[in-house]
Amino acid sequence: MKPLLNSLPETVFTTKVDSLLNWGRASSQWYMLFGLACCAIELMQTGGPRADVDRFGCVPRATPRQSDLMIVAGTLTYKMAKRTKLLYDQMPDPKYVISMGSCSNCGGLFQLAYSVCKGVDKVIPVDVYVPGCPPRPEALTEGLLRIQDKMMRERWLVREPRMAEQPVEA
Amino acid sequence: MEAKEIYGRLEQRFPGKVAGLKDDVLDPFLMVEPQAIVEACRFLRDEPELKFEILSDLTVVDFPKEEKLQVVYHLYSYTFRHPIVLKVDLPREEPRISTLEGVWKAANWFEREAFDLFGVVFEGHGDLRRILLPEDWIGHPLRKDYVEQEEYDGISTERAPLVEKLLR
Repeated sequence: MKPLLNSLPETVFTTKVDSLLNWGRASSQWYMLFGLACCAIELMQTGGPRADVDRFGCVPRATPRQSDLMIVAGTLTYKMAKRTKLLYDQMPDPKYVISMGSCSNCGGLFQLAYSVCKGVDKVIPVDVYVPGCPPRPEALTEGLLRIQDKMMRERWLVREPRMAEQPVEA
Repeated sequence: MEAKEIYGRLEQRFPGKVAGLKDDVLDPFLMVEPQAIVEACRFLRDEPELKFEILSDLTVVDFPKEEKLQVVYHLYSYTFRHPIVLKVDLPREEPRISTLEGVWKAANWFEREAFDLFGVVFEGHGDLRRILLPEDWIGHPLRKDYVEQEEYDGISTERAPLVEKLLR
């Protein structure tokens, strides 16, 4: 049999399926439009031409059903926290969450208020916390890049063997 | 028209029901008996020389020491450009007062807000539900003795302790 080496045209690459999947995922983080307070202004600015997150495939979506990423931007009240959980559940897997700004990290300036949820991580799991009040577009871009790093490390087809499945010696 | 004259008109029309004019402040105010509030407001709105067309604001103040809740009505006349503030004292245990919905329609949402945050019951109101907080909220949070629940709908209201210096 002829060896496979150098038998393919130059436009063909060989890679692992996991890497291809992750590359595709990391290059198209469609984030949900989810501005809750002043952080939303910085979120819009990040989507604008100067920071331009479109260049690595971050496109705003107006529905949770088409989104991969939820950027919780702003003060989260208890009334909204219930809705946030609902929207998160409507997003298809795999899904990621960025908590943007002090308010959604821990309640921030308003954490002593009766109506403000003390951090979005009390409701949904968070992947990346972006500090700031509000964070600059550069900071949010960094957060998106951290999500990309996380995506690239994930393995979907071949998983690590679980500890529990290993035989236990009596 | 000056606050003193408005007070004079009210006193003439409702003797013994209005008291305590204070007109050396930015917003001159007077106290009104709770039973007379609807009639007084209707008079203020309809009298051709007063013409208070609008209820600009309706708020409540909590005085736990004096055991009273004070409902504050801010009125304004676009025609004559004069304002007046009416204040009504209610008992803190059972604050009930007639609705002003029939006088100014704007009172509807103001009264819902006052009910939501202070628990003042407006009798005769068409739709007295919470307006800002979720419907299953417990308590009226702007009262001074409000205690935060440990959790709301399964979400813990606990927070990480602040830096010790800030707590001092």
